[in-house]
Amino acid sequence: MNILKEKKSLMIAGTITGMISVVLVLLGNPANMGFCIACFYRDIAGAVSLHSASVVQYARPEIIGLLLGSLLISVVRTEFKPRGGSSPVFRFVISFFVMIGALVFLGCPFRMVLRLAGGDLNALIALFGFVAGIIAGSVLLNRGFTLGRSYKQSTIEGGTISGMFLALLFILLFIPSLLKFSTSGPGSLHAPILFSLIGGLAVGALAQRNRFCMAGGIRDVFLFKDFTLLTGLVMVFVAALVMNLVTGNFMLGFEGQSVAHTNWLWNFLGMALVGYGSVLLGGCPLRQTILAGEGNSDSAMSVLGMLAGAAFSHNFSLASSPKGPTIGGQVATIMGFVVITMIALTIIYKKNKKEAVHGN
Amino acid sequence: MEIDARGLSCPQPVIETKKAVDAKIMHMKVLVDNIAAKENVSRFAKVMKYQVSITETDYGWMLELQKQ
Repeated sequence: MNILKEKKSLMIAGTITGMISVVLVLLGNPANMGFCIACFYRDIAGAVSLHSASVVQYARPEIIGLLLGSLLISVVRTEFKPRGGSSPVFRFVISFFVMIGALVFLGCPFRMVLRLAGGDLNALIALFGFVAGIIAGSVLLNRGFTLGRSYKQSTIEGGTISGMFLALLFILLFIPSLLKFSTSGPGSLHAPILFSLIGGLAVGALAQRNRFCMAGGIRDVFLFKDFTLLTGLVMVFVAALVMNLVTGNFMLGFEGQSVAHTNWLWNFLGMALVGYGSVLLGGCPLRQTILAGEGNSDSAMSVLGMLAGAAFSHNFSLASSPKGPTIGGQVATIMGFVVITMIALTIIYKKNKKEAVHGN
Repeated sequence: MEIDARGLSCPQPVIETKKAVDAKIMHMKVLVDNIAAKENVSRFAKVMKYQVSITETDYGWMLELQKQ
């Protein structure tokens, strides 16, 4: 594909994604939460009783749709390639902290863009943090950070995560009594299952085709001065902004925003941790979900890490509330920076030592 | 020069290619095994004014980069 065509395709995909996001809010999702990968994994973790925060429990069909949309389109386009074995445990740990950072801010990078498009200026502070985290992660990548190579895996290994979410869909549709459903709070606000699922499938397919990545867009600008991936992200913002303005869902300011708090420092640091971890993982939570659908079992580990991170966040009061961040959340965020940096520096040190021995 | 970027996750294939481009290497082969890497490396190479020819192989793709 030539660059112009790629940009055009990304612009169209971004526009449709932004529009679907606002439509899901109009159909019942919480404000500026047509999609929020972090919040939705958190809700799923609650639905299957991995945590017991009663206001954030719902088996979000959007996530199931994203995974299955990516799976279906990649199978159709013969791009379903089961791979894995590139530091799965490190990936689990990094994703765990990415989730904690996201829940300190109250949103993944995708929702950050949607919050910005809704006029939530707290998300602007978070964007600065996100960019700072990405730059820090990019420096480590330039210094030789790597999680190692992945290798071919069996189809069953690549498809297992999709199977798990297909099972969740089955339970949601046919034996919902097994799941928990919030009766108040953000978890109780949702579009009808069918629309959420279709929205997820559509965005999953689009994101798979266009290699959508919130972190990647900013990273490419910083590393190679390439704006191609960023185009998609900008179009999500523009489309959602226009839709919000038209439907009267735009509210500019810091105070009184839905599922958000106004603590500048922790909005910045929470999202910085997300950016930092995402760059080292090779993609934001959305991209990890899409890759997991394509059969990448390393990204499937990221999905599991995010689910675990979400459960811990609510079991140990690490997640912020509209009142602001918790002490535990602040400590966990700092710990996240420390742990990820230690992992990264160890890898770089070992790699450089090995290269020095081999003389290349 | 040959860069084996198989199994490396995004954006490492591009970083490895960039190192070779920065070292003013005019001709190189980059081996990749996933589509994101293929697209990212060829986009980067085109921006850097390299001619890119792509051959499909049993593991993925071989990209031949030649400075214009």
